Amino acid sequence: MLVRAVTAASNVMIPLIILTICLVGRLKGVRVYETFVEGAKEGFATAVRLIPFLVAMFVAIGMFRASGALKVVTGALSPVTGLLGMPEELLPLALIRPLSGSGALEVATNLVRTFGPDSVIGRMASTMQASSETTLYIITVYFGAVGIKKTRHCLAAGLLADLVAFLSSVAVWRLVLGLTP
Amino acid sequence: MVNAVWLVLIAAGVITGLVTGNGEAVTSAALESAGSAVTLCFGLIGAMALWCGVMKIAEEAGIARWLARMVAPPARVLFPSVPRDHPAIAAVAMSIAANLLGMGNAATPLGIRAMEELATLPGSRDEASDAMCTFVAICTAGITLVPTTIIAIRSQFGSTSPAEVVVPIIIVNLLATAVAIIADRFARPVSRSR
Repeated sequence: MLVRAVTAASNVMIPLIILTICLVGRLKGVRVYETFVEGAKEGFATAVRLIPFLVAMFVAIGMFRASGALKVVTGALSPVTGLLGMPEELLPLALIRPLSGSGALEVATNLVRTFGPDSVIGRMASTMQASSETTLYIITVYFGAVGIKKTRHCLAAGLLADLVAFLSSVAVWRLVLGLTP
Repeated sequence: MVNAVWLVLIAAGVITGLVTGNGEAVTSAALESAGSAVTLCFGLIGAMALWCGVMKIAEEAGIARWLARMVAPPARVLFPSVPRDHPAIAAVAMSIAANLLGMGNAATPLGIRAMEELATLPGSRDEASDAMCTFVAICTAGITLVPTTIIAIRSQFGSTSPAEVVVPIIIVNLLATAVAIIADRFARPVSRSR
């Protein structure tokens, strides 16, 4: 019930925000149509400017995924996950999550389908998927849009946040379900 | 660091591809990915144009300035280098709000808009500013209050309680975001090249 209300609210949110901004603009004497078109022109240019940055990143991630390198890394890291109390099955999701949004969604959906949404793995996978972001994509797109190539510590900070999210997704469910390590 | 990751992904892809005999798949993945990056950008053009148009009206109408004043207290703590009622603060607030509310399609265009506003502030043209780093750190931590997609997937596969993950997600999110903000605070003085 609550879920449906929240989902419905977030569905009408965007049109309501657009309408409110246009109405307030009209009241303040802004020529809304002309102003919108002027702004939209800038948005168009930005999206086109992003193309080389996204091509570079997508090609690298695409080659990495197609080669099966992810399986090699998963195999090498699986002894570590045992020590952290993380089910081995979640490792591919943790590795793909910062790299590819659609890839991670695919892996998470498969885990939920295979083990069931209410299983331990299903719950942990849902939490991992929703509590982190596609770090590499965000950095590529956000800095690409303003033409900045020196991103300083942003990737490190983003990946650290992802790691914290994965480990605490596991820890929270272990606590809630009373699992002992 | 982005340079290193990029190179490692390509090198690992090519070497694993050669060793496991997946060379052909790697070749076609390279070309397909290049194509899908362009397709994605074309999809983004519409959303970018829409939100930049709407944000332009918000700026002209003074809504952006009003919003910036509303979020001034937390903004001053997180982005001390940005002037108090600069449009960048409003764009950053709109983008973070879109993330919080699970408005996925609006979050990226608004985030890009915020980066463009931050780029108008004085500073280096090719290195990220402190404010940009903090903003990106918050965005990559993935702040959400309404995880619509995962709830939909869980109910699709017959969960008895699709939304039971919401509270754990919020807890995990807060933790990850806090770590990102703290890491950013400590890394900022060290990572500057000047």
